[in-house]
Amino acid sequence: MEAKSRDFSASARAGLANDNLQQALDIMTQRGFPSRRLEVVARLPEFEALREVGREIKDHTLAHLDFYLELYEHNVVASGGEVHWARTPEEACEIVLTVCRTAGARSVTKGKSMIAEEIGLNDFLEKSGITPVETDLGEYIIQLRHEPPSHLIAPAMHLVKEQVADAFRSAHRTLDPNRPLAEPQALCDEARAILRPQFLAADVGITGANFLIAETGSSIIVTNEGNGDLTQILPRVHIVLASLEKLVPTFEDAATLLRLLARSATGQEFSSYTTVSTGPRRPGDLDGPEAYHVILLDNGRAAMLGGEFHDMLRCIRCGACMNHCPVYAAVGGHAYGWVYPGPMGAVLTPSLIGIEEAAPLPNASTLCGRCESVCPVKIPLPKMLRHWREREFAKKLAPRIWRSGLSVWAWVALRPALYHMLTEVASRTLGWVGGRRGRFRNLPFAAGWTGVRDMPAPEGRSFHSLWAERSKAAGRR
Amino acid sequence: MTAARDAILAAIRRSLNRGPLDPATAAALRARVAAHRRNLIPMRAAALDHPARVNLFVAMAEAVQATVARLSSIDAVPEAVAAYLAAENLPAELVMAPDPGLDQIPWEMRPLLRIRRGRAEAADAVSLTPCFAAIAETGTLMLASGAATPTSLNFLPDTHIVLVPADRVVGTYEDGWDRLRDLAGECGEVGRQLLPRTVNFITGPSRTGDIEQRIVLGAHGPRRLHILVVEDGGA
Repeated sequence: MEAKSRDFSASARAGLANDNLQQALDIMTQRGFPSRRLEVVARLPEFEALREVGREIKDHTLAHLDFYLELYEHNVVASGGEVHWARTPEEACEIVLTVCRTAGARSVTKGKSMIAEEIGLNDFLEKSGITPVETDLGEYIIQLRHEPPSHLIAPAMHLVKEQVADAFRSAHRTLDPNRPLAEPQALCDEARAILRPQFLAADVGITGANFLIAETGSSIIVTNEGNGDLTQILPRVHIVLASLEKLVPTFEDAATLLRLLARSATGQEFSSYTTVSTGPRRPGDLDGPEAYHVILLDNGRAAMLGGEFHDMLRCIRCGACMNHCPVYAAVGGHAYGWVYPGPMGAVLTPSLIGIEEAAPLPNASTLCGRCESVCPVKIPLPKMLRHWREREFAKKLAPRIWRSGLSVWAWVALRPALYHMLTEVASRTLGWVGGRRGRFRNLPFAAGWTGVRDMPAPEGRSFHSLWAERSKAAGRR
Repeated sequence: MTAARDAILAAIRRSLNRGPLDPATAAALRARVAAHRRNLIPMRAAALDHPARVNLFVAMAEAVQATVARLSSIDAVPEAVAAYLAAENLPAELVMAPDPGLDQIPWEMRPLLRIRRGRAEAADAVSLTPCFAAIAETGTLMLASGAATPTSLNFLPDTHIVLVPADRVVGTYEDGWDRLRDLAGECGEVGRQLLPRTVNFITGPSRTGDIEQRIVLGAHGPRRLHILVVEDGGA
């Protein structure tokens, strides 16, 4: 998928001006995922302790990733499946196409897969004459609208129901144009009726994977709709797209992470469907795929191991970080310009496509730390955003005005006497000018702030001078 | 493709600053896998006796919009199924897993109930399946595929009825998975080769919140999930 992350500022402004998006974001933050997460976490006293165990499981696996990948591959093959390794998106797409062509596939259904988005699979297959049908309701909606997902687990969360109804009316031409589509239930029922024949006709089903189990060679998908299951049990061939870091050693390890996943993601005790798939159908089985292929994608992850962004590979893609991010809640997911939005996207995107392509993203954060505090595997997202900011600065990617401003600030900050004097002068001056009103409607060089809100005026003294004065007074006593 | 495989494994080892694992470490990792060591298990279900576990299973399943009927024996199943279908205004017709346990049920008590055995087809509106285990922790059904238990029954029909003998209610996911491993042991084969193609953990009916975060039921899987908990352990 083509990255537009460099346009973050412009896209963010467009997001702020988009009323439908703002309404959808309000719904999410005010009565959606965060409050549901809070309720369900309160019902599980062990939740905090589980976060620590989840972190340990992922760290252990990553430290021995080569071993677990080889064990996993061995067990997939032993259960009758096939493993394909892909270094790049191009290699992964080619493998999918080869499997589809070998199967003589005319129609392909897809469960939700972020890896498919990452490798641009839909566009690639369409150019090759195969149109995959997205079956997750959110993914189906954005496929009709030719949009990328705006959220990890709720791809159409940027839309209000009227927009979904419009998309359905223009796509489902054979239905009565005057049918009522005002309620989410009606929209859901219509998508169900439209997609059911597609499920039944598909030759190949493509799903992602939430976890891969090394011990058994199994893949696990977690859904609420059941689309991922119809996608994999009805067609003749099941293709699983997964990245390397989805590995866990055993079912026991997966179970711990599953206890964290739904609670952190949607605020459910457990998602409706957690499905463990191992190989193709067994002799005597009446249904299930005849062939089972797993494509393991690297795309830069092996290089992340052991480095500053190693911890990002623990991510289990729950979306809690974006659900709790004030920046995401203001501008929505599309502003981030690539596949992964929110705080996890601001860290992962530069790792996968390069900081040159994603330079603004690490700055799309107030570093308030909410993301880290809700992360089920305790990824230090703010720390890693700071690492990216340092690299961005070192590579001279930030706009010149920022860079010179930071240079001036650094020069002053390295000279404490000068720094204290200047801050004291500035506090007193601004305090005096701010006067009775106590705030500024506009300030030179700070229009970005005062354009949308007032700037509070300082009290009149700097912290440093107050501190020095009080220390002196305390010393006299 | 071995080129890609070798390159990826080499890149991983380069990043981790080492070569392939030494035999001692590899043996320790294999032992870790074989031990099936459990991580932290929530007390919620683990600490309960059996009757309390069944009660918790029922309460958790009902909390996610499954409906539950508790029956004293499998002799009550035909009546319960017929009554449920009538109450939901559904035709007295269903597709049933070709499972010998379900054939023990005295279906002749309800001769008007039309039953087909096999996998689900597009037109089937109601299915009836056994279950491998039921997990109290979150009201979750654990269904394993096999010749007698096709997976399509769990997803294609609009209404899914599941028979849960009370003695199959366990506390946690790990308890359920251990039962699967035990089954492999009884047959004297390694667990891996006997794992069913598909193990479904099902918690309530199909749902979606993809439009304005409003939860609606019946996205692609069953709209209704009805659970019959049978006390005497039959079927």
